Amino acid sequence: MFNRNKMIDSNRDFDILLEDVTVRYQLPDEIVRTFKEYAINFVKGKNKKRSFLALDDINLKIKAGETFGIIGKNGAGKSTLLKVISRVLIPTKGRVITCGQVYPLLQLGAGFHPELTGKENIFLNGTLLGHTRREIEEKYQNIIDFSEISKFINAPVRTYSSGMQARLGFAVASAWQPEILILDEVLSVGDVAFQEKCHNRMREFREHGTTTVVVSHSPDMITSLCKRALWLDKGKIIALGESEIITQKYKTEMGV
Amino acid sequence: MDKKISSQKKVYDSAKRAHPAWEELKGVLRYKDLIIQLIRRDLVSRYKRSILGIGWTLMNPLGTMLIMTIVFSRVFSQVKSYPVFVLSGLIVWNFFSQTTQHCMSSTLWGSGLFKSIYLPRTSFIISSIGTGIVNFGFSLIPLLIIMLFTKTPIHLSVLMLPVNLLLLSFFALGVGLLLSAYSVFFPDIAEMYTIILMAWMYLSPVIIPEATIGSIMNGLLLKINPLYYLIKLFRVSIYDGMFPSISLVLSAGGISLAMFTIGWFVFTKKSDQFSYYV
Repeated sequence: MFNRNKMIDSNRDFDILLEDVTVRYQLPDEIVRTFKEYAINFVKGKNKKRSFLALDDINLKIKAGETFGIIGKNGAGKSTLLKVISRVLIPTKGRVITCGQVYPLLQLGAGFHPELTGKENIFLNGTLLGHTRREIEEKYQNIIDFSEISKFINAPVRTYSSGMQARLGFAVASAWQPEILILDEVLSVGDVAFQEKCHNRMREFREHGTTTVVVSHSPDMITSLCKRALWLDKGKIIALGESEIITQKYKTEMGV
Repeated sequence: MDKKISSQKKVYDSAKRAHPAWEELKGVLRYKDLIIQLIRRDLVSRYKRSILGIGWTLMNPLGTMLIMTIVFSRVFSQVKSYPVFVLSGLIVWNFFSQTTQHCMSSTLWGSGLFKSIYLPRTSFIISSIGTGIVNFGFSLIPLLIIMLFTKTPIHLSVLMLPVNLLLLSFFALGVGLLLSAYSVFFPDIAEMYTIILMAWMYLSPVIIPEATIGSIMNGLLLKINPLYYLIKLFRVSIYDGMFPSISLVLSAGGISLAMFTIGWFVFTKKSDQFSYYV
């Protein structure tokens, strides 16, 4: 096990590699949400399924330390691509290799429990992200300082404003330098000053070698952050290359 | 510094995954702190914000026992110290019904997270069982009170309780895994299950003495009921005050292990499809 990892490590020039990745969702003709309907349809012989290609033969190599952009319309397959990279979804066909812990910075504070205090939620959310208790204790003060809610840390999270919750969520999620970071859409956490803090932290990560994948349907955001980008449509790569050229093509096509 | 990071990097390769059952087991060991936090979350959110907090856990079996004693002690007058009889079965039943239902609801709660971050999908189910074990400990308090109150002797055989609870936990874990694997796709399974649970309780010797159920179909109804062996295990060690026979422990253990294995394999196989279900 160890040797194999070393082998990949010594001659790899990528952090994320996708080989012929295809994801085919099986959609039932009518969406069956209950066992009762399923059983009735089964008796009638009506459980036919339609398949839907979310990703079609994607080949992609993202280098270590690179900030890479993905652009496309809604339903182009961007979220599916992220799910495949963050090992939430096993591709129907093809192979995904990632080197390093993948950190999806989306749905901040998704695992928060309203009845627990801020402190308890830091530990819950930290372990949800795969950290041990000890690792969280080491970063505990740092998280509180960054989120600016030290006064309320022993109050239940249900008493927090949505801005405070998002700040705490971001502070926990960004307390560790991630190896691979996934940014889904623009960060809009709290007020302008806090957003500035978030963007600074992101920049620090990128400068310290974190591989970053940015997903957006805003071409300007992609050009400002990324050197290389990919244009995805209907599960296929339309264009791949320098971000300015890609976003220009995208803009022309979209008529923006 | 960058070099140091890269030498420690964990490599994930979708083409070189081990069997899902094994991958999941490794994941659970790595995320054991998460499971502890989830148990904490369940216990704190349940007990913290009400004065009666822990009291509820004690009152529930006590109240049911009281009702059952009033209603049934005449009917089952041949059973000596009926309150202890009922309570020793009820704590087992409550553990089983509550944990298996909690497994489904917590998996449903977690399914939103499963779609955005990687987590061992069984962690929510295992933590439900963990919470149940703590609650079981609390439910021993009313049992002890009733035993002292009715002057039922407490024998050394209560030392078997941890072993009994371990077997019961693995059985409940297996059932919980199996139910959760399918309830993600069909949420109405949870509703059907409450009806099944009601029938199951009356077909198990929880309230009704073993002899009464045993007289139906020559005892076949008991023999095919896996919970019968587990309830009996507890009742022998608490109510009868005897160490359970080797054959009883082996059959209960065999059933638990089989149920756990089936549940684990089915769940880990199905859980890869959770994210495919849009």
